[in-house]
Amino acid sequence: MRLGVARSERLFLLAVSGVMALLLGVSAVVFLTDSPTWSPDEVALLRSLSLDALEPLPPDPSNRVADNPDAIALGERLFFDVRFSANGAVSCASCHMPERYFTDGRPFGVGVGVIPLNTMTLIGAAYSPWFTWDGKADSQWAQALLPLENAVEHGGNRTLYAHLIAEYYVAEYEALFGPLPDLSHLPRNAGPVDDPVAAAAWEAMTPEEQDAINRIFANMGKALAAFQRTLLPQPARFDRYVASLNDDGRSSQPGILSEEEIAGLRLFIGKGQCINCHNGPRFTNDAFHNTGVPAAPGYPVHRGRIDGVARVQSDLFNCLGPYSDAAPEECTALRFVVTEGDTLPGGMKTPTLRNVAETAPYMHTGQFATLADVIEHYNAGGGLALFGHNELHQPLNLTATEAKQLEAFLHTLTEEPMPPEEP
Amino acid sequence: MRHIYTYTLLILALFFLASCSSSSTSSTAHGNAPANLDFSTTRLSEAGHYRVSYTSELNPIAINQLHTWTLHIETVEGTPVENAVIQVYGDMPEHRHGMPTAPKVTQYLGDGNYRVEGMRFQMGGWWEVVFEIEADGETDRVAFNLMLR
Repeated sequence: MRLGVARSERLFLLAVSGVMALLLGVSAVVFLTDSPTWSPDEVALLRSLSLDALEPLPPDPSNRVADNPDAIALGERLFFDVRFSANGAVSCASCHMPERYFTDGRPFGVGVGVIPLNTMTLIGAAYSPWFTWDGKADSQWAQALLPLENAVEHGGNRTLYAHLIAEYYVAEYEALFGPLPDLSHLPRNAGPVDDPVAAAAWEAMTPEEQDAINRIFANMGKALAAFQRTLLPQPARFDRYVASLNDDGRSSQPGILSEEEIAGLRLFIGKGQCINCHNGPRFTNDAFHNTGVPAAPGYPVHRGRIDGVARVQSDLFNCLGPYSDAAPEECTALRFVVTEGDTLPGGMKTPTLRNVAETAPYMHTGQFATLADVIEHYNAGGGLALFGHNELHQPLNLTATEAKQLEAFLHTLTEEPMPPEEP
Repeated sequence: MRHIYTYTLLILALFFLASCSSSSTSSTAHGNAPANLDFSTTRLSEAGHYRVSYTSELNPIAINQLHTWTLHIETVEGTPVENAVIQVYGDMPEHRHGMPTAPKVTQYLGDGNYRVEGMRFQMGGWWEVVFEIEADGETDRVAFNLMLR
């Protein structure tokens, strides 16, 4: 070791230290104020979630009036018409309330009776290949028929609805679907329903009579579906934020999302793994997953997709059935349906997260009252599946702060204009 | 004496490099696939009977879109394989599930080409798409790796 260091060297070292300190300070400032919020990969991922990435609604070849304005108008009137129920008090809008983003704010739907399933939103639903929690329908019009003749939903039956069409909507119906057959000789209440009297009356009808009624019933569903196809997601604050992102990962309009919401979004696409299933512009992959959600207390465990598959394959009103307008090769959902495997038992369809902060409670029977409860469920790695198996791997290890950030982000998915008013 | 200059210059250079690479590179939800995965679209089957390749009508392959692939099968000598019976399935090795559809080979297009309909992926990340091929009494298997966004 040398004791004496030349003055020039000392000066040099001093200068170097100074430059390093300066660089450190500058880079810290750059990092804190000007480093991109997102990497190019993350920007691409965020754009894939934006409504700007939503493709135009695909046609429904099984419904030839799917995009017919007169069918939309008829469907809208039917949607709100309480006469189409056993007690004259229930319409589609009883559970699918427009002012609540077409949900009802209750754990279970309430029609003529109590429906032990949580009401799903209809906004953007038309994009899905499958309908209802377990996908028991393969078109929106086939889905629309299910509650109409379910004993605890609308509680009615096929001939009742055909008579009501003949009494209140004959002109609108005939303009779209051709002349109504003479129904005067048919029973007021008949259909393949739980009510034994109506079921016996249905059995007593000829196959030709049943076919004529089935056709009117299917056409009602097609008009209802045409209206529901117009219920499309509207831009949320999140979409404005993504639109403001430049390719370099910075927002051109700071302040659209708060720091907490941005942190939540980072968790959504990263550590929280939410994006695995809640992906694309509707925040759903339209697939069926079992995450070990507990059953509603006092109610049987839902068997999920394994029952849904069996139902849709045997549904008279499916895409391959006699009331579909599609050629068989157009029925892609059914042609390539998964009919076996571990993912079916207990599988439920991933719901959209658009407007999720306004559509509590959550899960297929409204088991969770708040978003915080849902996040807690996933943070624990889901629950013990009561039927089938929980496909989640392990706890997410989100801190309490992170869980709050994630929740804050979910609030940015609420569409900005008010939901449509009831006409 | 000179080494002091060299040494400090080296530290400065390293410092510079470190401060320049401080761009945000946080990982997304699906980034745990093994390194060195082979993502090529032409692969030799596992027992070495066939050279198999695929093309997708959707390019790049996006999630949540039903689409069609064309599978080409030839022997290692380059002769197209006809009359193959083909099973197809997809799997996410990091997750406990496969595809949301059951794709099928729906048509032989000639020249060793097969139409595969019903392809759909519901999640970004690492996928394995497996074709089990039976032709001329030989059964073989080929797995393609995909990394979807």
